[in-house]
Amino acid sequence: MTTALTIEGLRVSIGGHDVLHGVDLTLEAGRVHGLAGESGSGKTMTGLAVLGLLPHGSRVSGRITFGGRNLLEMPVRELNEVRGAKIAMVFQDPATSLHPMLTVERQLTEHMRHHLGVGRKEARERAAGLLAKVRIPGPEEALKRYPHQFSGGMRQRIAIAVALACEPEVLIADEPTTALDVTVQAGILRLLRGLCDELGLAVLLVTHDLGVMSAVADEVSVMKDGRVVETGPRGRVLREPRHPYTRSLLDALPVPPGENSP
Amino acid sequence: MTAPLLSVEDLVVEHRTPGRPLVRAVAGASLHVAAGEVVGLVGESGCGKSTLARAVCGLHRAASGRIRVGGHPVTPLGLRRRDPALTGVQMVFQDPYSSLNPRRRVGAQIADGLRTAGDTTTSPADLLERVGLPRAFAGRYPHEFSGGQRQRIAIARALAARPSLLIGDEPISALDASAQAQVARLMRDLAVESGAGLLFISHDLSVVRLIADRIAVMYLGKIVETGPTAQVWADPKHPYTRALLAAIPSPDGAGVLPAELPGDVPDPADPPAGCRFHPRCPLVMDVCREREPDFGPVACWLHEREPSVPS
Ligand SMILES: Nc1ncnc2c1ncn2[C@@H]1O[C@H](COP(=O)(O)OP(=O)(O)O)[C@@H](O)[C@H]1O
Ligand SMILES: Nc1ncnc2c1ncn2[C@@H]1O[C@H](COP(=O)(O)OP(=O)(O)O)[C@@H](O)[C@H]1O
Ligand code: SF4
Ligand SMILES: [Mg+2]
Ligand SMILES: [Mg+2]
Repeated sequence: MTTALTIEGLRVSIGGHDVLHGVDLTLEAGRVHGLAGESGSGKTMTGLAVLGLLPHGSRVSGRITFGGRNLLEMPVRELNEVRGAKIAMVFQDPATSLHPMLTVERQLTEHMRHHLGVGRKEARERAAGLLAKVRIPGPEEALKRYPHQFSGGMRQRIAIAVALACEPEVLIADEPTTALDVTVQAGILRLLRGLCDELGLAVLLVTHDLGVMSAVADEVSVMKDGRVVETGPRGRVLREPRHPYTRSLLDALPVPPGENSP
Repeated sequence: MTAPLLSVEDLVVEHRTPGRPLVRAVAGASLHVAAGEVVGLVGESGCGKSTLARAVCGLHRAASGRIRVGGHPVTPLGLRRRDPALTGVQMVFQDPYSSLNPRRRVGAQIADGLRTAGDTTTSPADLLERVGLPRAFAGRYPHEFSGGQRQRIAIARALAARPSLLIGDEPISALDASAQAQVARLMRDLAVESGAGLLFISHDLSVVRLIADRIAVMYLGKIVETGPTAQVWADPKHPYTRALLAAIPSPDGAGVLPAELPGDVPDPADPPAGCRFHPRCPLVMDVCREREPDFGPVACWLHEREPSVPS
């Protein structure tokens, strides 16, 4: 296994209020690392810290190692080259990552031309290829359209395509299916799993949904109050949780494990 | 069996937008809710759940079919303020940020509901207590509360009007996962306690399963399956219900990807001929492409002779 990114002793405080108290996580290439925990536990802040996108006025310490360097100490200009290119992010609401007034083609090719330095024609070809990869029907035609002309599930696929445009090594997906119908969610989860296997992406999948976690994650970490309380292989954490908090999350499920398969 | 509190028979509701084809969002749907009963209405987004709910509240006109609440027909386009069928219907909407007036104290907003019911003995603080909030919150403004708290306030306001029918249109979808099950259970408990019926709309089957006595599954403007919750969950009959349930990932730690339902929901302005589900159905037969299975409780040619469960 190749380690793509490590987070060590990550602490974050916002306006004097501590939100992360020393988070440790390791992301491996070709593996999905699931990050679970109740709302407010610090999952989103962990992802934002990796991208250097913490809210204004945040103080951060610890180490985030990527490509042998500590992202927390990298000059802004270099960080901008990494962020969005080598490390990409997908959010719960695809509107966060898609510009409503730009065609899908522009959103896909602009990053590429900037970060990869490819020409217009090649960028266009790659963009159509990406749309095909995330299974948007009629990719050539879809390039000319605007985000609002697609369904919610299709928009999330396009947001994933935009995230993949610069061939990232790490993808941080924060509740990427939470706003979608279960039928659409199933397709996105299959897509994420496939991309991870095929492209060797390291994926940090943030989700409060332990069913989603169980379906795609290889490793699972559980957060509570700004700390990771448990990390381990998916099967072990979900079947034999060691931390009482993980157990309480499993006990609180509306659908007891294994009972929902018709 | 007494007459149901809410009865919707062959309801058709159409949306007209200038320059665009007519959208038949509800295309002949039938549904019943008894007093003290909780019915969960589920289906993918765009299938017509909100349109149906809004028609029950008199906010959309029925193109055909009938809606009765407590035996009274709901007047088409119930803009006539005192429609007797509508005073007993209260709705809780999805977005707790837009459904409360930001400029009025929550106590005053709950008092509106009490006035509607002519209730002079209950105080807004009493209602806050019933939804699990401190009495002192009555003096505060909506912006001081989280989404989950606002939704509890919206529920308190709806209950203040003493509805005989409470409708929740995705009332938990905008809430944090930890608040979802709590708020859903709260709505159920308070509705049942007060003897009202609850029509609970959600696209999340696992929450509906927690609180509903019966489930109605909607697809492209039609109810395709209804039945007692436990029965639908354990033994779904309609291929669409099966697909919906199979898409829910199980938290069993096994790493099994949920089954995908291929294809998109068709455009309701141009629904497929025959069974509306046929282009996506794994069990499609010749008859399905030509004739619409227009019967219940399972609207599918494979289940034509199912005994009808009383509803
Ligand atoms: N913009 C912000 N300013 C200050 N505190 C914030 C902000 N966003 C989130 N927080 C706080 O940070 C903590 C962690 O939040 P978050 O990472 O969003 O949790 P999660 O994603 O697990 O739900 C919470 O206590 C939250 O209140
Ligand atoms: N006011 C409206 N004008 C035009 N079309 C509408 C309107 N409201 C809903 N629709 C359309 O009607 C269909 C059903 O929508 P809706 O009832 O909101 O479904 P659901 O609540 O199940 O998501 C969709 O195709 C939607 O685009
Ligand atoms: S009627 Fe035919 S197409 Fe429709 S759900 Fe049943 S088997 Fe499938
Ligand atoms: Mg979050
Ligand atoms: Mg709706």
